Order: sequence, then structure tokens, then C-alpha cells
Amino acid sequence: MDINLMMSIFPNLLNGAVITLKLLVVSMFFGLIIGLIFAILRVNKNPIFNKFAYGYSYFFRGTPLLVQLYLIYYGLANIEFLRNSFFWVIIKEPYWCAIIAFSLNTGAYTSEILRSSFQTIKKGYIEAAQSLGVTKKITFYRIQLPIAIKQSLPAYGNEIILMLKGTSLASVITIMDLMGEARKINVLTFKPFEAFITAGIIYLFITFIIHNIVKYLEKKYRFQT
Amino acid sequence: MELLSFGDTGWGDELFFATLMTIAVSVAAMAIGFVFALIFTPLKLSKNKTLNIIGNFYTTIIRGVPELLVIYLLFFGGTGAAMYVASIFGYDGYIEINAFITGALAIGIISGAYSTEVFRGAILSIDKGQFEASKVLGIKKSIQFYKIILPQMLRLSIPNLSNVWQIALKDTSLISVTGLVEIMRQSYIAAGSTRDPLFFYSVAAVLYLILTYLSMKLINKLEIKYNKGY
Repeated sequence: MDINLMMSIFPNLLNGAVITLKLLVVSMFFGLIIGLIFAILRVNKNPIFNKFAYGYSYFFRGTPLLVQLYLIYYGLANIEFLRNSFFWVIIKEPYWCAIIAFSLNTGAYTSEILRSSFQTIKKGYIEAAQSLGVTKKITFYRIQLPIAIKQSLPAYGNEIILMLKGTSLASVITIMDLMGEARKINVLTFKPFEAFITAGIIYLFITFIIHNIVKYLEKKYRFQT
Repeated sequence: MELLSFGDTGWGDELFFATLMTIAVSVAAMAIGFVFALIFTPLKLSKNKTLNIIGNFYTTIIRGVPELLVIYLLFFGGTGAAMYVASIFGYDGYIEINAFITGALAIGIISGAYSTEVFRGAILSIDKGQFEASKVLGIKKSIQFYKIILPQMLRLSIPNLSNVWQIALKDTSLISVTGLVEIMRQSYIAAGSTRDPLFFYSVAAVLYLILTYLSMKLINKLEIKYNKGY
């Protein structure tokens, strides 16, 4: 192990880490919106919405993230119609392709997490709201949804960490994130251990911080039943 | 559809064998993961502080870094490490480690960390009275583990192990970056030579969906079978 080399590549890797974090934050943001929409569709009684949301989450949870990324990055560019449309501005950029793939993927997992916490809400709350004459819509948005979000915090924390690890796949479609920088250094210096172990330390550090933030939020917003 | 025909004109047989390769790597990785889990679970549960730290070190590090990083480290670093070890014994030639072995080992190390957590949870959920009862009856520690704890631990961990299996199955797609010809790599090759990535990656997605669907059915059956008496 060459400590000097590890120190000298550290700034390059940090630049990559900034891109990793950008990818993570943007795709978690879109993923949360997608997840919320699909969770609401999932608990909807209409079978069409219901089945559609189920199919969506089944597909994105049943296939590897790499397949989804390749499908969007290489596959969509194959469609003539998309290439001539305004969408081409977005899907020709690897960065946006990665964001689309990651958002759709984490959206599927988020919808599943939210759905399961919807189902664990005690019936009594809904019945109490009904007996007080609260409309169904308000019960859903003001009672069920906030409780579900609070209850799903621990699982969502795991999802953030899984997604952080998932963003490393962006490196295979030429994005220079933390993983991409580590790969470049490995190719240039032929020192795989130094390059990947330093990158691993940075990943672990980010994981550690996310873990602690989620733990703090969990404590603060814990829902007492 | 003729792109998927078997024989020289289509990619059907190639994709079929690639699917078998994916299954083979996943099974090998799961088995390696079990070995790791059976080594590290006792360490994590041990009362000895040092052993505890070693066990926690393994699961925390592996679950905190990307899977791709572990694969790259073994793939690029493994050859160097093997050549270094060989040079100590006086062999200076080039050694190339098989992509299958590296891949299975990498995914095995990853799934082992998850399996360790699953086993640990299962053992902790076994009633304490059973440990005490077997102690009172004068059963030796080793027999207590093999005859009483292990069978229950395996039964209790089936549902969570099914998750670990699904993760391992999907993670094998990452081995494609090292050149092992499994579903993902084969679709990449096919997409490159026919210039139809959309079609071949969709086929890959469907193949993975079939695999996850079938394994889920199988595991559900196992779960029912082993929960008969409970």
C-alpha cells in the first residue's frame, strides 16, 4: 500500500464524490415523488391503477439496475421517434439517463416501503376520523400519509444507502463519479488497491453520515402508537 | 423474433447459456456467502470484544461500499495479489484468475455480509429457554449448535434469505464488467453486433424477471414445506 499515492489521488476522488452526491440527491428527490405517486396508486381501490403500480414496482425491483440503466442509455436512443423529438436533449446526456434510471428504480422501492407502512396503520385511526365526520380525502392526506411517511423512515434510510451504492453504476456509462475516478486512477497507475480502497473509504464515510442523519431524524419524528 | 432463434443465425442459444451462467454464478456466490456467514455469525454473536469487532467490521464495510467496488477490487487486485503470492514460491509467470471464480467470490463476499445479518437475527429470535434447557440437559455446546440451533436458524431465515438471493441474482449482472459471459454481457455483445440495444436489453430484463419470479415461487414452496409443523 502506497500511502503517498492515496493522499495524492484523494482530491481527484473528492471531485468524483461531489458528482456522486449530486446524482444521489437529484435522483432521491425525483424518486420520492415517483414513490409517493405510485404508493397512492397502489392503495387505490381502482384495479387498473392498482395493477399498473404493481407492475411498475415489480419490473423495477425484479431486474438489475444495470439493465435499467442500459435500457435507458442505449435502448431509448434506438427509438427513431424519440431521437427526433425534444426528449433527445435529455436522453443524449449520460448524466440525465443515469438520473432517470436511478429515480425510476428508487421510486419503485420507495413506493413499496410507503405501501407497507400504509398497511400497518391501525384501523382505529381511520375509523376515528370517519366517526368525527372527516372526509376521506382529508383523512388520507392529513392522517394516513403523514403517519406512513414517519413510519417508513428507517426503511427509507436503508434505501438511501442502497441508492448511494447504486450510483456507482453511473461510472459504466462514462460519468466520472467517485467510482469513475477510481477506475481512471486504476487504469493510469495500475494500483488497484490504492485506488479502490481510497474510494471505498470515501463511500463508507458518506454511508456513515447518511446513517447518522437518518437516525437523528428517526428519533426526532418517531411516531408513538 | 428471428434474432432469438437457436443456431448460427440467432442469439437464442447464446442467451440461453448465458442465463445458465447467471444461475451458476448466483448459486456459487450464495454457497460462498453461506460459508462466510457461518464463519462471521458466531463472531458477531460472541461475547469476546475482539471477535465482535472483526465480525462487525466485515458486515459494516461490505454493506457500506458499492458492489461494483468489491468486484473491481477483486478483479484488478486479485491477479496482482495471486502473482505476488506465487512469486514468493518462485513462480514468475503471468497468472490470470478465472472471471467466474472472481465473480462468484465477489458476490459471495457481498451476499455473505447480508446472510450474516439474517442468521444473526434468526439466532437472536430463538427462544432463550432452548439454550438454557439444552444446557441443563448437559448437551455439549457443539451438539447444541448443530442439532438444535442450526436447524431452527435455517428455517427462520428462509424468508430473509430469499431477499438475499434476489439481491445476489441481480448483483451478478455487475460481473459483466469483468467479461464473464452471463445475461448482461451476452446482451451487450448481441446489442453491439446487431445494433439493436433496445431489443436485447429488454430481453435481458425479461430473463431476469423470469428468474426472480421462478425463484420466488420455489422459495415460497420451501417456506411452506419447512413451516409445516409450526
